[in-house]
Amino acid sequence: MLDIAWMLDIAWMICAFPLFGFLILLVFGRRLGEPHAGWLATASIFGSFASSVLVYLAMLGLDAEDRVVPKKLFTWIQVNDFTADAGLLVDPLSVTMVMFITGVGMFISMYAIGYMHNDKDFSKFFLYLTLFVFSMLILVLGDNLLLTFLGWEGVGLCSYLLISFWFTDTSNASAGKKAFITNRVGDWGFMLAIFLAFTSFGSIRYTDIADRIAADPNSIAVVTATAITLLLFVGAAGKSAQIPLYIWLPDAMAGPTPVSALIHAATMVTAGVYLMVRVNPIVGVAYDFAPSVIAWVGVGTALFAATAAVAQNDIKKVLAYSTVSQLGYMMLAVGTGAYVAAIFHMVTHAFFKALLFLGSGSVIHALDHEQDMRRYGGLRSLMPVTAATFIVGWLAIAGVPPFSGFWSKDEILLYAWEHNIVMWFAGIVTAVLTAFYMSRVVFMTFYGERATADIAGEHTQLAGEHDNHDNHDKHGKQPCEVSRIMLIPVIVLASGAVLLGAINLPFASGTHFLEHWLEPSLYNNEAYASATTGTKWILALLAAAGSALGIIAARAVYLKRRVASEKFEWAVAAKAWHLDAAVTSFVGGPGHKIFNAVNTFDSVVVDGLVNFTGQAVRSCGGWLRGFQTGLMRFYALLMAVGVVFMLVWFVSRASF
Amino acid sequence: MEIWGMSTEWYLLLSAALFTIGAVGLLVRENLLVMFMCVELMLNAVNITFVAFGVGWNDVGGHVAVFFVLVVAATEVVVGLALVVLLNRFRVGSNADDVSRMKG
Repeated sequence: MLDIAWMLDIAWMICAFPLFGFLILLVFGRRLGEPHAGWLATASIFGSFASSVLVYLAMLGLDAEDRVVPKKLFTWIQVNDFTADAGLLVDPLSVTMVMFITGVGMFISMYAIGYMHNDKDFSKFFLYLTLFVFSMLILVLGDNLLLTFLGWEGVGLCSYLLISFWFTDTSNASAGKKAFITNRVGDWGFMLAIFLAFTSFGSIRYTDIADRIAADPNSIAVVTATAITLLLFVGAAGKSAQIPLYIWLPDAMAGPTPVSALIHAATMVTAGVYLMVRVNPIVGVAYDFAPSVIAWVGVGTALFAATAAVAQNDIKKVLAYSTVSQLGYMMLAVGTGAYVAAIFHMVTHAFFKALLFLGSGSVIHALDHEQDMRRYGGLRSLMPVTAATFIVGWLAIAGVPPFSGFWSKDEILLYAWEHNIVMWFAGIVTAVLTAFYMSRVVFMTFYGERATADIAGEHTQLAGEHDNHDNHDKHGKQPCEVSRIMLIPVIVLASGAVLLGAINLPFASGTHFLEHWLEPSLYNNEAYASATTGTKWILALLAAAGSALGIIAARAVYLKRRVASEKFEWAVAAKAWHLDAAVTSFVGGPGHKIFNAVNTFDSVVVDGLVNFTGQAVRSCGGWLRGFQTGLMRFYALLMAVGVVFMLVWFVSRASF
Repeated sequence: MEIWGMSTEWYLLLSAALFTIGAVGLLVRENLLVMFMCVELMLNAVNITFVAFGVGWNDVGGHVAVFFVLVVAATEVVVGLALVVLLNRFRVGSNADDVSRMKG
């Protein structure tokens, strides 16, 4: 047999490639220019994809129980008995993540070469993109919580930089800031969880934690485990856009569309879900209500965001809310213990949502950065390939069998059913709504007739605003299919969206490939569905019927125009039930006052204590300085006086 | 207890007197060389005490301590006189109160 052990040792190259690409772009980016900078970024991500495939193959050669391989690179921080290594944890979970991150990232990077064409900051875009991929890989491969946190902050930074990529527009810049600041709330939870994990386990390495819990589940107090779980979930809710911290994600659409596809749909926003799956041993020993909280927040987010998505007119906003909703599904899966289903949905979602975003990007690109769907329509004949691939993505997300989304969503709904019927019901309603709003996008964009008349007045006004942008000939120019470099990635992702359901088919135990593959990373914390085959069939049929219902309803409303669309597009839903506004006004009003009070407390009491100590030392020193006269006879006098006092002391205390 | 026909207290009194003269001289005189002599005086006062006790109690330890004191005094003089010479070379003179650059 071929010796493939060396292939495991190249795990570090997975991270090294994008870092290398980043460094080259940092130094030579501007000189490389367009399109070489883009190709360099794509090539570096491809390099890391190729290495991760090799690592995957090497892992297949190992026995299942040997598949958790920590690879220490060097000691990063060592303070007393606290150690954080820069080490990679190569196990089925991280390898799965790495493969789809680099796989999807590579194609999105390629797509971006076409999308960012003629942008003045072309090379800077790819600079950030490679840094993002590097940070994401550190996040996923890190073998301890602190290294994951480093990657976590890295992707947050890149997200900020890329959301406000066109920062000359104030709204883009503030959208970036919003994302960054909202994530800071989550980071607070993450950091506290790290501290707590260290104090209770004495280590923050995932394998140490898992081993300790496996050796003795009582080695950690249930309360502590619950606290760590919930604090990590605060972090995960920030990154993975769960209620109430989801508010940054819809605004994050201000960034270039490839960024929305890669960071805000496929990879970064799933980091929270990944984290919760990664710490499954801790979740496993927490009180039962902790996973329940996760599941309820997840299902609530899923339903909430789906209702909001129905009423959006900006195509990217629909997809953004849809992403929030799908992330809610994943959190629901995590909460019900269906870790495999969560990862499964994460992978399929990465493909079909990246596909949908890239498709929308193509449409936006072809229509001169027009994002309002009310000005779309009838694009099917003008952009046939984009339309076909977008339709594939639509069917996948809507949960139409046999597209990938059906299998993964069905899996999640099955576990929700086992857990709590209300969760299942909310899940199925979300599925119907998902099918409805995605069909709405497809029908408004690719079917019907090009509708520009109904809001023509607004349009002229807009054109007037953009006088200096040469947008006058917008009406005359016919949108046409985008270039090949943007089509190839979309086609590849579309085939992924069709086929990826095959990685975990529910038919027999043998076809649960993903489940068997992930087993070593889950330490038997995975829930197993006990439903009979009959129940499973009924649930699957109900799910399929739900998506059919959604599609048919959307067809009646948006294609046949039998029902006025206003009935479904509630103003309150368009504003996402005013949750964002509520948070804004809270933070701006009473919240601001609280923060000011805290700030005052900090500057007066906390800083006051510190400054007092300093002042006290200073004034004491100032007083004592007076004794340092420089006159040695004075010193001699002081010594003499001191000797006298000491003599008096000794004589008076003497016991003879 | 007597040494050469005189009780030990007299030796100690002599020592105390010499020590006091030295200490007061150190504090009141400004000339560095005189201050040096005062220090020597104090050290030798202590030496008298040592020897007196050493003879009185027939303990050689007192005599040994004197040798240590002599060595320390010698080294102290070496360093101190070198400083005095240097101060003179920089035209500061040998007034102790003129050397107060280390004032805090």
